[in-house]
Amino acid sequence: MMPNDNKAYEQISLFVNKYRKILLIAAFVVTLVLPFVIKSQYIIRIIVMIGVYAVLGLSLNLVTGYTGQVSLGHAAFFAIGAYASAILSTKYGMGFFESAPMGALIAGFCGLLLGLPTLRLSGSYLSITTMGFCEVVRMIFLNWDSMTNGPMGIQKIPKPEFFGTTLTLGNKGLYYLMLAMVVVTTYCISAIVNSKTGRALKAIRDDELAAGMMGVRTTRMKVFAFTVSAFFSGFAGAFYAHMINYIDPNSFTFDTSILILSIVILGGMGTLTGPFLGSALLVSFPEALRFMQEYRFVVYGLILVIMMRYKPQGVLGGQKRTPYVLPKGVARPETAKAKE
Amino acid sequence: MSLLTVNHLTKRFGGLIAVDDVSIRVEQGEIVSVIGPNGAGKTTFFNMLTGIYPITEGEILFDGKNIHDLSPQEIVKAGIARTFQNLRLFPDMRVIENVLLGMHINVKYSFIDTLFKTPRYRREEKKLHEDAIEMLKGIGLESRIDSYASNLPYGDQKRLEISRAIATKAKLLLLDEPAAGMNPQESEELLEFITTLRTKGYTIILIEHDMNVVMKISDRIYVLDHGKLIAEGKPEEIARNKIVIDAYLGKEEA
Repeated sequence: MMPNDNKAYEQISLFVNKYRKILLIAAFVVTLVLPFVIKSQYIIRIIVMIGVYAVLGLSLNLVTGYTGQVSLGHAAFFAIGAYASAILSTKYGMGFFESAPMGALIAGFCGLLLGLPTLRLSGSYLSITTMGFCEVVRMIFLNWDSMTNGPMGIQKIPKPEFFGTTLTLGNKGLYYLMLAMVVVTTYCISAIVNSKTGRALKAIRDDELAAGMMGVRTTRMKVFAFTVSAFFSGFAGAFYAHMINYIDPNSFTFDTSILILSIVILGGMGTLTGPFLGSALLVSFPEALRFMQEYRFVVYGLILVIMMRYKPQGVLGGQKRTPYVLPKGVARPETAKAKE
Repeated sequence: MSLLTVNHLTKRFGGLIAVDDVSIRVEQGEIVSVIGPNGAGKTTFFNMLTGIYPITEGEILFDGKNIHDLSPQEIVKAGIARTFQNLRLFPDMRVIENVLLGMHINVKYSFIDTLFKTPRYRREEKKLHEDAIEMLKGIGLESRIDSYASNLPYGDQKRLEISRAIATKAKLLLLDEPAAGMNPQESEELLEFITTLRTKGYTIILIEHDMNVVMKISDRIYVLDHGKLIAEGKPEEIARNKIVIDAYLGKEEA
């Protein structure tokens, strides 16, 4: 427990926990009607980007927050998903709903290939490897002219079509598509986290040797987390490509990896809500501070520094005061019913 | 047939012989202690039993089967679980999650069950949690299920670690210095706890420095010094054994 966790924060977290269901439904309703309230396409676009980065954050969180493996190369999977889906749709005429899952699968497969040899490494070695991988991927996209069109990037990526309707920002289609992607990702990650797999991942994070001694196949579990994470990052990439319509290798640099990692750390490692908060903050800051021009990145950096000083486990991270959620039908022991 | 038979076990680290030709056997339901001065090779011995270190020579038979070539995960499945010299709980997991993780290898649902929350998933999870709570009741920690393991008092953490090992459904428990760092009252409680484990049918191998604990609880004792087995026998025999006393206190100058 951190000494600077104050009363107000505790009150809020208990309140949120008590009305969890109602708040979730309320949040869902709000997100459903939001595009009808907000008329500005600019703001809708920012919200959609928040959604994309929330998915990236959620997927990296599975690897970094839950399993404790720091990846500095998640932009690579984002890029693979984007490029794969873009190429499949522009060159092979697939629609978004075929090319995007394919892109995600390809990204997941690359995650598996990278994970198998590298996840035997740990700590900073793994981070460096993933960083190198990200750069390799970018270089391939930059130089594989025949397929990726090199530095020119891929243009005219078609917008997703849903039963004959083209989904755009203007007709709110992309917004709801983003919402669907976020819901599916959140559901899958939360299902994984709340199962034996999730417990095994957390155990690896806390003490890898002890986890192995309890029968957890640690390498296999890490590769699994990495693959799932790459899959969802790839999906976010595919969505991004079809939303922006144009991608080039410079859309997926080391900076993007760092942004994703910052989202996870700022929001709160090992939480499901953290990536949403982190994404909302870090994606909207540069927009909100646009009037400060280049100084905004100073502010941006400052926020991260202050965060690390006062709440290094992230805004929503760290040990929770809320009770452990038992499965339905399991009686809570009498003595454990205290309000703490 | 003995539950565990170790024949001529040897471990070399380069030129250093950490464990040298050690043979022991442990019968079903026994509490056996392995003692010896610091650096005698006790923990190395445990690490070989649990598959952390590959063995150099010898063989380990558990339940009649060779286990010295198995991975740690396979050894846990075979029925040997351990605790560590320095606590190795999962500090940022809840108390109940620590026990649930111990049950990991016995959970029977697949990834598909997880993703779709099938009836099997729900049934298994419910049963797991009920078992975990029951187990925590047994060590008086049911009121702390929500706590994070790192926030428990030291004695409770030690007992939680043993419970986590038991949760694997192991037949043989290896306890590496369970009483280390405990005050006399705590180690007395631990003694009782370990005794109840024997009555429940567990077989236990204990590494321990606290002679009070060792003498009271052990059926038999093995003494290691510089990697070699120097004595074995009942507690009262070991207490009188000249070689053991020399190893612990040093030889008198003649």
